[in-house]
Amino acid sequence: MANQPTQRVEVAPPPRAGMLQPAAAGLREVNRFARRKPLGAIGGLLVLALVIVAVLAPVLAPYGARDLPDSRQGGSTVYIPPNSQFLLGTDHVGRDVLSRLIYGARISLYVGLGSVLIGITASFIIGVTLTYAGGIIDMSSQRVVDALMALPGLIIALAIVAVLGSSLNNVILAIVIGMIAPVIRTVRSQVLSVKELDYVTAAVAIGAPPWRIVFRHIVPNCLAIYLVLATYYLGFAIIIEASLSFLGVGAPPDQPSWGGMLTRAAQEHVLTAPWVGIFPGVAIFVVVMGFNLLGDALRDVLDPRLRGR
Amino acid sequence: MYAYIARRGLLFIPTILLATILVFALFWIVPGDAAMMILTGEEGDGGKVTQADLDNLKRELGLDRPVYIQYGEWLWKILQGDFGDSVWYGTPVLDDLKDRFFITLELSVLAIILAFIAAVPLGVLSAVKQDTFLDHISRLLALVGIALPTFWLGILVIYGLTYLAGWLPPLGYATLWGDPFTNLQQLIFPALVLAFHDMAFTARVARSAMLEVMREDYMRTARSKGLNEWMVVGRHALKNALLPVITVSGYQFGRLLGGTIIIESIFVIPGVGRYLIDAIIHRDFVVVQGVVLLAAAVVLLLNLVIDILYGILDPRIRYS
Repeated sequence: MANQPTQRVEVAPPPRAGMLQPAAAGLREVNRFARRKPLGAIGGLLVLALVIVAVLAPVLAPYGARDLPDSRQGGSTVYIPPNSQFLLGTDHVGRDVLSRLIYGARISLYVGLGSVLIGITASFIIGVTLTYAGGIIDMSSQRVVDALMALPGLIIALAIVAVLGSSLNNVILAIVIGMIAPVIRTVRSQVLSVKELDYVTAAVAIGAPPWRIVFRHIVPNCLAIYLVLATYYLGFAIIIEASLSFLGVGAPPDQPSWGGMLTRAAQEHVLTAPWVGIFPGVAIFVVVMGFNLLGDALRDVLDPRLRGR
Repeated sequence: MYAYIARRGLLFIPTILLATILVFALFWIVPGDAAMMILTGEEGDGGKVTQADLDNLKRELGLDRPVYIQYGEWLWKILQGDFGDSVWYGTPVLDDLKDRFFITLELSVLAIILAFIAAVPLGVLSAVKQDTFLDHISRLLALVGIALPTFWLGILVIYGLTYLAGWLPPLGYATLWGDPFTNLQQLIFPALVLAFHDMAFTARVARSAMLEVMREDYMRTARSKGLNEWMVVGRHALKNALLPVITVSGYQFGRLLGGTIIIESIFVIPGVGRYLIDAIIHRDFVVVQGVVLLAAAVVLLLNLVIDILYGILDPRIRYS
């Protein structure tokens, strides 16, 4: 056997999973993640469900978000309890709660993604740059972060929306400003620890320019924390948007925001029409739970040092 | 020790100054500027406002001067306790804030205490029984606490109280000193709702602090000298793990203030939160500015006190 060279030639190099069958490899990776982190996988499914519902809203929703459909039984369409026509009942104006919930997924996702993409990316870049610069720049920027941290997230968001007026984009801006300080702080601690690693010292020693060190050596090693932060803050953003809309300063009232659906009208009729107040809350809870479960699992998998905490 | 306190205290001054600059800047960038808003607000529409009116009012309000002078004057007044007058109520903001702040403070302190009482056993149990069913349940509970929107939990509590118990806490607010029993009835449920949210976070911190301490050498020593497990956990681990937990609870206070705002509006408690929401609805920026500044000052002062206490309790901090 040993002197049969043809066989040896035929031995193919081990297939590089990512190149030959990317889909299968990806699936295998997802499968492995699901087995190791069942709760994280549930979180991932909930997040996926949110995305699907948001994208397919016009297909899934029986009515439009602002429609006032006629009841099949006739009569008033206000506060109809859940039945075969209105699966989750109707609200104080006579709109279908289920349809509003489905369209509301779009608002939650829009605000969540918008604020996280802008907020985490901006804080990430600022955090990495300032921390890497070090010295007086790092010191003074830390004081600004301290000052920003002193303003509670929801209060600063409220103040910003009060100043700029209530619209979804202003809500995003308000959430972004509320998340900048804590995210910069987390990124900073990560950069500080990566900065001290041997290969960064080596890169400095061979004369690599600062931008190369930051983008080739430091940023890739902070990407795990980027992903984890993004997942957590998506949940955070959705809660803040819901809170602002609940207080009447977030999404405009005709928009089907989950938080907005829980305002006064829902509260005052909590006894006579509990479905109006219960289902939007369930939606917020389930989605935020999904992001947190996913975030926890991602953190465990991507950052072994934090495992089990 | 004094050097540490002095160093920490000195750090406090630039931070709070920066915070005032941030708060000032936030309201300085109001689109269309304040003078225009006051004029159009009075007239009902923007068409009748002339440039001369605008210039006059700007001069009257001092808005035509350089920004740093405006800031300096504003800060000087704040330092003298003049937060300005509410545009809507016409009363001094600081006077209005004084009474309301006490109510919000009482609610927050009650919530923190309740959260702490629940979170510490939960976190300790979770750490001692790491990776068991109990641990998973307690971690899940913590996640639920974070994901449950406080306002929704508040609505559910009111729903539960009226529907299941047929009872609602008396609306309005009775003072702690005047009518302590009614006061407690009014505040205990909102405090519980807030505490549930806060507990989630604190329990996570307690768990990780315990896990860290349990890996220390002195824990092995304690076990090897034959102390029973509860002695080891209670005397050696908990005592050392409690410090970071208390610290985090203190830092949580700022977040709690945000939650209090929402809860006050659900349970109709006349605290700072309702004052702020009303001010936002009336676009009463003087009040909004005052509340934001107050929140920042409270949080920063609290952080200062915590850091100093930490330094007293844990000498390692002082020298690092």
